[in-house]
Amino acid sequence: MNSLILRTAVPALVGLMLLFSIYVLLRGHNEPGGGFIGGLIGASAFAIYTIAEGLASARRALIVPPITIAGVGLLFAALSGVVSLFFGDAFLTGQWWFPAFNPDLKYLSTVVLFDIGVYLVVVGAIVGIAFALEERE
Amino acid sequence: METVLALLVGLLFAISAYLLLSSSLIRLILGVFVLGNATHLMIFVLGRLTRESPPLIQYGLKAAEPGIANPLPQALILTAIVISFSLFAFLLVLSYRAYQSLDTINTDEMRVAEPEPAGTLLRGRDV
Amino acid sequence: MSDMTAWLVVWPVAVPLIGAALTVALWGRERAQTNIGFLAIALQLAAGLVLLQHVWENGPVAMAMGGWSAPFGIALAADVFGAGLTVVASLVAFLILIYSLTDTDADQRRAGFMPLILALMTGVAGAFLTADIFNLYVWFEVTLISSFGLMVIGGRREQLDGAVKYAFLNLLATTFLLIAIALLYGMTGTLSMADLSGKVAALPADSPIETVALLFLMSLGMKAALFPLHFWLPAAYHTPLPAVSAIFAALLTKVGVYSLIRVFMLVFPDGAEIAREAMIWVAVATMIVGALGALAESDIRRVVSFTVVSGVGVMIGGLAIGTQAALLGTTFYIIHSIIISAALFMAAGMISRAGGGTRIADLAGLYKGSPFLAVAFLLCGLSLAGVPPFAGFWPKVYLVQAGLEAGAFGIVAGILISGFLTLMLIGRSFALIFWRAAPDGAPRVVSDGGDLMKGALGALTALTFVLGVYSAPVANMAGRAASELLAPQAYIGVVLGRSAQADASGAGAAEMRP
Repeated sequence: MNSLILRTAVPALVGLMLLFSIYVLLRGHNEPGGGFIGGLIGASAFAIYTIAEGLASARRALIVPPITIAGVGLLFAALSGVVSLFFGDAFLTGQWWFPAFNPDLKYLSTVVLFDIGVYLVVVGAIVGIAFALEERE
Repeated sequence: METVLALLVGLLFAISAYLLLSSSLIRLILGVFVLGNATHLMIFVLGRLTRESPPLIQYGLKAAEPGIANPLPQALILTAIVISFSLFAFLLVLSYRAYQSLDTINTDEMRVAEPEPAGTLLRGRDV
Repeated sequence: MSDMTAWLVVWPVAVPLIGAALTVALWGRERAQTNIGFLAIALQLAAGLVLLQHVWENGPVAMAMGGWSAPFGIALAADVFGAGLTVVASLVAFLILIYSLTDTDADQRRAGFMPLILALMTGVAGAFLTADIFNLYVWFEVTLISSFGLMVIGGRREQLDGAVKYAFLNLLATTFLLIAIALLYGMTGTLSMADLSGKVAALPADSPIETVALLFLMSLGMKAALFPLHFWLPAAYHTPLPAVSAIFAALLTKVGVYSLIRVFMLVFPDGAEIAREAMIWVAVATMIVGALGALAESDIRRVVSFTVVSGVGVMIGGLAIGTQAALLGTTFYIIHSIIISAALFMAAGMISRAGGGTRIADLAGLYKGSPFLAVAFLLCGLSLAGVPPFAGFWPKVYLVQAGLEAGAFGIVAGILISGFLTLMLIGRSFALIFWRAAPDGAPRVVSDGGDLMKGALGALTALTFVLGVYSAPVANMAGRAASELLAPQAYIGVVLGRSAQADASGAGAAEMRP
């Protein structure tokens, strides 16, 4: 779509949305939010970028193909479940690491890794579908 | 409240049944989508409605205080929504490609995979 | 949970899942994807064998995901039935992968063949090994989404046409499954199948158990392709690549049959009389309609599709009888049918390569150019019809005997008549495709498929022969599976009890750490 207003607004909009999506992802650790909804917001950012700047430049902006992002995310999620094997717990049991220099850090856990995986899967899959639909027009 | 929602679920099921009886792919997609939403709403009602606090554990506690809403239906519905969302996206792309390639969205005219019976297994010479 | 053996139940699901993730991340690099795919399925097979051996020696094993104990959390659990089917499924999937090396070209593999197959196998193993009914629905959806993708690889017009019908009807079936699960949850407040087992029996008499049981029969029966909801299968299964058809026919309907058996043996062990009565007649009708449909078809791949339908009827017939011998026969028949459906779809794919088409009227004289294919097709067909000494014979013996003992004469008649019709069908197909003289007198074999295809088909043919001659191991396994299905206390105990221990030792996960 060739709209001057949209193209002017897009850099700010996309940056804010991506930032917000990561905020929502990390907030989901202890409060409402999480990887799925964060991923949807992140995917919307790329969708808006695609609408404004076109498919080719959206692909360049994403650097790697969306399907690769989804694959890496799926790998994160699957491997985060296997970590508990080494601690003698059941599959997918959350493992936390409280580093000595800052024991209050709550984010170093396999749970967050799983959520990041979900985030990447959602971003990859939705952007992939958006690209596929855009391509046919 | 439960009665009202139960009636709404029934209404949604009726709408989806009507849409699913159509032979147009677009209506079928909408019918499947309404059916999915009716089911999600039904799970929500079946989990019992409470006017309580959200199912979150307060900071510093090890378990939630009594009186929270039932978290399980919410988890189930979220899972089901994610799944139906992705299937809906797939169905849209599939129907669009089927329309491009088969030149119709009328399921009665989709006879490429199942042509009219070819008749005999034999050729003239064999008989 | 200090007990590391419980991890055995995770690997058959986790290994193909990790493989699927890797292959998705390596999208487009088909060589690497193919290697990972073979490795993942081989590891899944190995994990399944270790699990089966463990379950055989020590009884059912379960693990609560994330340490959340079973009535509340999700557990994976394996008994001989689930573990045995996982092993057979990954064995057949491995052979289909070998077949697919010739069957798919590089473009088709680049379109995501391997990631989708691995996702499909994750879903199949997950469905065989889950102890939670909502989780079962999720695994159904995993198989469904990956099967949609597999269905359209190649992108021919027939495929899109078949995929539309396949997608809509299967999506409807899973939505109805979700409705049934939701109603069950509303009545009992639990989703763990082990927990449901007791809670459904304890429900007040005016609970709509019959309705829910019929909904399960309808939705799972649609997945399993039971009459009158079987029509989507012959409308779709002949359209995708032959390797894809083979894995669909081998596994997808069986997941439906497995789930029907699990639900009706574990959740509704008694009661649900109307559903059981309906099941008998549905099973008989499925056997006969499937066989008649196959006889009426003029396209070899559609003929084979209808024989899958007929086989589903036989399996559900055993479930409807419900005695030890009948369940033994059903379990044996599922294993036999996984092998033979894959073999026949492979053979049909090779026939279309050899003869340049799938219409029986256009095929003739293939024996000359491809004697191996002719012999393999005939042997597999005889096994399908239930002729000794092949593996298809024994389950029918058990089922007929069980049917006579239980007085289920309709099912006995159905099995015998459908077997007779299938024998007729195989003889006729063989005579027309392989024996009849080619019109111009010369063999018209375009390609006999090559060594990989022959090897895969030959392995399955040998398997159905060996399991027929030396049937004791499978019969013993099926017998154990049947006993455990009839007396599921050990399974229920391990799902609910073992997780109580996990609650004590792995409770850290269930708490919030400040």
